[in-house]
Amino acid sequence: MSKPVLEILGLHKKFKEIEVLKGVDLEMEPGDVVSVIGSSGSGKTTMLRCVNLLEDFEQGSIRIDGEEIGYTAAPQRRRRKESEIARQRSMTGMVFQQFNLFPHLSALGNVTLGLTKVKQLPKAEATAIAERWLERVGMAERRNHYPGQLSGGQQQRVAIARAIAMNPKVMLFDEVTSALDPELVNEVLNVIKSLAADGMTMLLVTHEMKFAYEVSRRVVFMNQGRIEEQGAPEAVFHNPQSKRLADFLKNAKF
Amino acid sequence: MGYQLNFAPVWRDFDLLLSGLALGLVMAIFSVLVVGNLIGLAAAFAMTSRSTALRRIASAYVTIIRNLPIFFLMLVTFFVLPQQFGIRIDKVQAFVGTLSIYAGAYLTEVYRGALLALPKGLREAGLAIGLTEGQTRLWVILPVMLRNALPALSNNFISLFKDTSVAAAIAVPELTFYARQINNNTFRVIEVWSVCSLMYVAVCYLIAAGLRVVERRLAIPR
Ligand SMILES: Nc1ncnc2c1ncn2[C@@H]1O[C@H](COP(=O)(O)OP(=O)(O)OP(=O)(O)O)[C@@H](O)[C@H]1O
Ligand SMILES: [Mg+2]
Repeated sequence: MSKPVLEILGLHKKFKEIEVLKGVDLEMEPGDVVSVIGSSGSGKTTMLRCVNLLEDFEQGSIRIDGEEIGYTAAPQRRRRKESEIARQRSMTGMVFQQFNLFPHLSALGNVTLGLTKVKQLPKAEATAIAERWLERVGMAERRNHYPGQLSGGQQQRVAIARAIAMNPKVMLFDEVTSALDPELVNEVLNVIKSLAADGMTMLLVTHEMKFAYEVSRRVVFMNQGRIEEQGAPEAVFHNPQSKRLADFLKNAKF
Repeated sequence: MGYQLNFAPVWRDFDLLLSGLALGLVMAIFSVLVVGNLIGLAAAFAMTSRSTALRRIASAYVTIIRNLPIFFLMLVTFFVLPQQFGIRIDKVQAFVGTLSIYAGAYLTEVYRGALLALPKGLREAGLAIGLTEGQTRLWVILPVMLRNALPALSNNFISLFKDTSVAAAIAVPELTFYARQINNNTFRVIEVWSVCSLMYVAVCYLIAAGLRVVERRLAIPR
């Protein structure tokens, strides 16, 4: 067994008084593809946002490649400096439901921004890397288009290229196809599948059960802020242990 | 006996009117587009920042300045500052200072609105690729927000340029000042004021047209 690339240990998160993550533990090895399923409000997005340090969390720890992120290790738990957070954040690549491309930059500009400003690569090198990834997601011919000139599916593929070009250790996907018209879903899912086949470590929140079944090594079922059940896709989908998961699957669409 | 139109006295001093117009434009450009813009940007970011103190200071500034007439503000700057605090400023400096502070308050509102209108995901997308908060502001928030704010900035600029005419009251030699002077010397009332009106209208129209070209050039393609 190789060293875990992502470890979430006893993660607790409150919004005001309401606890939405009540002790989440999750471990991923390099090359793992883990899908997170669960009903609305169960805390899937919040968990992903904690891993990307877009949310504070009160308790627990998250490690990437053994490095404690966001906070210094207990007992003197302190939020890290802004610059440190920014560096640690770039160890994960986040793809959002709403794409969130930079509207004032071309597809190419969207991908090169992080390479030139965060990684401080020379422009030519950044462009070469960006073009390679845009090619990989099938967006090479449209590299000079602006987000407003692209379809949702195309925008999402650029967003994937933007995140992955930073060479993150884990890619995080939060329901990346749920804002898309049905006919555009597959072009995005196919890109994700091909990245999975290449050994990219990925944690994906999804409502696409068929996709989760096909692409994942492991499926995690979240319920009310906890991981209720997890296992190989066959086990989770065909042989649910908890009544909650069985009920959830009954209502889910495949 | 009918009034005989005679534009000759106006044309004789037309160079004065032009120099007045130029001074007004220079004062407006410097006060609004340079100083006022910087104040507005800083105060807008302060108003949307997490620090309560910054938010309070910025909103107090905007509330006070926007509720004072510019004419009154100019008199305060020109008379009260030198007399009470011994600050020596000439009339042009006094007016430029006044207009800068006044414009800053209006532009704060423009930029604050533009900041609030940005989707929340934009900042998060910047952070997610590893930009710091400051870098995200500089490379993502600012360029998008400025483009969105451009039409409102144009409107405010024209409106604030017109406010330069109040400077005539403290004898700043801008267009209205010379208009009044020529009027007093020649009594060509209709001629002077109609020529000046045309000058204001033409310049404001041209500024608006020019800014619309800039807006279109810089617009985010879609
Ligand atoms: N910024 C916030 N402030 C307050 N409460 C929040 C905030 N974000 C999420 N919540 C609450 O936290 C809980 C978990 O939300 P989260 O978005 O993580 O759920 P989810 O599993 O991703 O749901 P969905 O499938 O609908 O996307 C919900 O009850 C939600 O209302
Ligand atoms: Mg969600």
